[in-house]
Amino acid sequence: MMAAKIRQPGWYRALAFSILGVLVCLGLSTGLRAAFSVDPVYDGESVLQISLLMVPLFFLGGIGCFDYWLRWASGRTVVDDHADHGAKSWRDYFKVNTDHKVIGIQYIVVSFFFMFIGGLMAMLVRAELAAPGRQFVDPNTYNGIFSVHATLLIFLFVIPVFAGIANYVIPLMIGAPDMAFPRLNALSFWMLPVAGVMMLLSFLAPGGSFASGWTAYAPLSVDAPIGQAFFTIAVQFAGASSIATALNFLVTIITMRAPGMTFFRMPLLVWANFSTSLLVVIATPFIAASQFMVILDRALGFNFFNPSGGGDVLMYQHVFWFYSHPAVYIMMLPGFGIISEVLATRARKPVFGYRMMAFSLLAIVLLGFTVWAHHMFVSGMSDWIRIPMMITTAIIAIPTGIKIFSWVATLWRGVLKMDTPMLWATGFIAMFTLGGISGVMLAMVPLDIHVSDTYFIVAHIHYVLFGGSLFTIYAGIYFWFPKMTGRMFNERLGKLHFWLTFIFFNITFAPMHLIGVQGMPRRVSDYAEQFATWNMIISLASFVVGLSTLIFLYNMIVSWRSGPKAGANPWNSLTIEWQVSSPPPIFNFDAIPSVVGGPYEYGVPGAVHAVFDEAEPEPVAVGAGASASEAD
Amino acid sequence: MTAKNWIVLLAIIVVASVIGIVFMLALSWFPEQGSNVAPEIDTFWDVLVIVSVPIFVAVTTVMLFSIWRWRQRPGEEDLDGPPIHGSTKLEVIWTIIPTIIIAALTTYAAILLVDIQAAPAKGTRVVNVNGVQFAWDFETQTADGPVKTAKLYLPINEPVKFNVRSKDVIHDFWVPAFRLKVDAVPGITTSYNLTPTKLGTFDVVCAELCGLGHAYMRQTVTVLTAERYATMMAKLTKASGTPVAAAGGDGIGEQLFVAGNPATGATACGACHTLAAAGTTGVTGPNLDKELKADNASAADIMEMIVDPNKEIAKGYSKGIMPANYATTMTKAELDALTKYIYESVQGKG
Repeated sequence: MMAAKIRQPGWYRALAFSILGVLVCLGLSTGLRAAFSVDPVYDGESVLQISLLMVPLFFLGGIGCFDYWLRWASGRTVVDDHADHGAKSWRDYFKVNTDHKVIGIQYIVVSFFFMFIGGLMAMLVRAELAAPGRQFVDPNTYNGIFSVHATLLIFLFVIPVFAGIANYVIPLMIGAPDMAFPRLNALSFWMLPVAGVMMLLSFLAPGGSFASGWTAYAPLSVDAPIGQAFFTIAVQFAGASSIATALNFLVTIITMRAPGMTFFRMPLLVWANFSTSLLVVIATPFIAASQFMVILDRALGFNFFNPSGGGDVLMYQHVFWFYSHPAVYIMMLPGFGIISEVLATRARKPVFGYRMMAFSLLAIVLLGFTVWAHHMFVSGMSDWIRIPMMITTAIIAIPTGIKIFSWVATLWRGVLKMDTPMLWATGFIAMFTLGGISGVMLAMVPLDIHVSDTYFIVAHIHYVLFGGSLFTIYAGIYFWFPKMTGRMFNERLGKLHFWLTFIFFNITFAPMHLIGVQGMPRRVSDYAEQFATWNMIISLASFVVGLSTLIFLYNMIVSWRSGPKAGANPWNSLTIEWQVSSPPPIFNFDAIPSVVGGPYEYGVPGAVHAVFDEAEPEPVAVGAGASASEAD
Repeated sequence: MTAKNWIVLLAIIVVASVIGIVFMLALSWFPEQGSNVAPEIDTFWDVLVIVSVPIFVAVTTVMLFSIWRWRQRPGEEDLDGPPIHGSTKLEVIWTIIPTIIIAALTTYAAILLVDIQAAPAKGTRVVNVNGVQFAWDFETQTADGPVKTAKLYLPINEPVKFNVRSKDVIHDFWVPAFRLKVDAVPGITTSYNLTPTKLGTFDVVCAELCGLGHAYMRQTVTVLTAERYATMMAKLTKASGTPVAAAGGDGIGEQLFVAGNPATGATACGACHTLAAAGTTGVTGPNLDKELKADNASAADIMEMIVDPNKEIAKGYSKGIMPANYATTMTKAELDALTKYIYESVQGKG
């Protein structure tokens, strides 16, 4: 019985393989050390370091990510019976599955799990900062908590949750039965929990978790205790997951669009993920490189970042930000796509300036690669780089402005249905405009010299990533919840969630602009007495933001179990994912859709986006027809 | 949209922008202006605020107006809006206007930056700023040789150039009142220059995460008149060989405990530690009354804790926060006096 379980892909085999992996690493470490006569032969940190790299691969093998490929490679018969496709019970969500809809939900749920953990850490940070002096944690733990907070929310929440939403929605939107590489898709997903768990486990490491921020600047990260290795290696897995998914999206979008789905008939979410995937594929290898160099410095005594060994400290920052600035757009462009979908559908109007919306995404992709050193205006790099980087950074405001103005113009004269997804979308526009404006201010070198590394930066990034990305994520989750679950969420709780978050988000982060300019540095567990009042207010407000997420959690869980049935198209949307049942059939479409027009032809009498070959001649109803326009 | 609607909308934007700008400018954003650069940067900020507020106000007002004017009312559930796909004219306008604003702002910023980073005149006073986990020391050249201090002293209205270096990880030398900062990077020397313009004492802050004690890497800079600066430097130069203890007499231990010795860079124990006899209430480090009594620490133990603070750490506290440089910043006589003072205070004989 047990032996049979261990032979089957799944959690038992994953556990067995993981243990085997640790033993192999122990053997490798001690064997190599003995062969090279290193004393002592057993070194715990060496075993741990190697295990971090290798045990995840054993785990992924055990859970079943490689079975099909290994079987094929070894010349045995492979059966394409779709046995691992689709979920028949909740248990199937805990297995390797090739259905993009299952993977999408796996992504989203796992990402939100880490969002709640990361959010909890933010609560601890604010508890510590509620008053000057030491409240709960020592400085080492504090540095660890804010580092893990940022790392989890960036690498395990914002980036993957967008990949999750896109995973679910994009194949449906473009009329494809699945992603181009379903098994690669499964592998991409399973690397995520590996990375997240590794980051959390770092708290158990001798010397505490990694504590050098999510930026992990050398030489601080090179000299740090072994907990740092959990960051450098976890990021490799999260990055590999990102890259594989991005390739998958690119191939899917380029090759698997339904007949008639030209590029300029694609919904903007598809454009957004196409652009994001370009960014990921080009940029993410750079963070992998930066972290590999840190590993080599740490574990093998390379001197990439050691000046006394001929290394260069600033090089780390250049390589790191060459990824991590585009990463800001990786964390934002999919959200732009979500907002375009929500606004058009809920305002009952075509997205204003569709082509410019698509082109501005591509412009941001291109410009995004030319601005990385604006994170380094005070880093000590050559002075002359500052002005060109300031100019390129400021130029990004132009395509971003085009998007904001076009969204507002989409609202103009629509029939605005101010429900939960729409509240998040409009809230996003206001918050992201603020974040964008403080971004332009930060691009201005003379001001940046003063406010860089202060709470002004903390305020800016939270306006962009919380008021920006997270608001779009909430908009998207509420918007596609009926499609994913077949049920409606509770609208009143959704609105309550929005208003609580919106109000207390602003009370939390707006004052940070002020204390930053006044001189409070970031990443500190203690601060001067003069900042005490604002910090207390910020902490109290942040706790309400934290509590408001529980309303969201409750709403999602209860509605998923017992919400009212949603129907195929509760929003009366034109795009293809809404023309199939909720949730969609196992291979998405019983009949192949043909795209016959643009995705947002609201208000055009009789307009449809797609028709289904075998469907009745009358296309699926799409509340088009009457128009509220002429009266005005 | 009637003409009246347009006028109302425009009026709201103008009024709200004015209110927003007045409010934002009325807030006390910056710390006091301590250098020649500060007024320029503060003015630049005001310009940025004046440009930014109307953009934010315009976007949100048009959005809120749309929501107010065109939100779905009962009976409109099945209606769609008009199929407006875009307007090339509008799109050109909202591409060109931001471009002009961006061009103007970057030009202003570039001119200001060139001004700020202009090379200092020859013969400008140089202060070497050295960052180490977790303290700064400041080395000034005087006629009698270099003087190293834990507190930075500068003369008012005289240009100064800071050469910033690090001995371990990246730090960042920032005086908020001066408005300028630069990273202290291992392996290279970074610098900036400015002219202090205000008498007084200002905070020196480390702005780049440098490890455990990052939050506590806070010191001060005192700007003095030229005469007082000269006197101070003469005193410090003389003192640097034979610091406080040379003065002899009682009370040296207490003085060191409460105030440290700025002349040599020895930071004050009382800034971080509570000791009833000295009247200090710091909570960064262990409470000496409690901890030393509980340990029944001898004078020799105390001496070791001062000189080698990382050897043994009190429960609940972390290594690497207390400066480990007291053996070099204090003379043997000073260490003896300090140890004696702490020992006797804890034992209740002080």
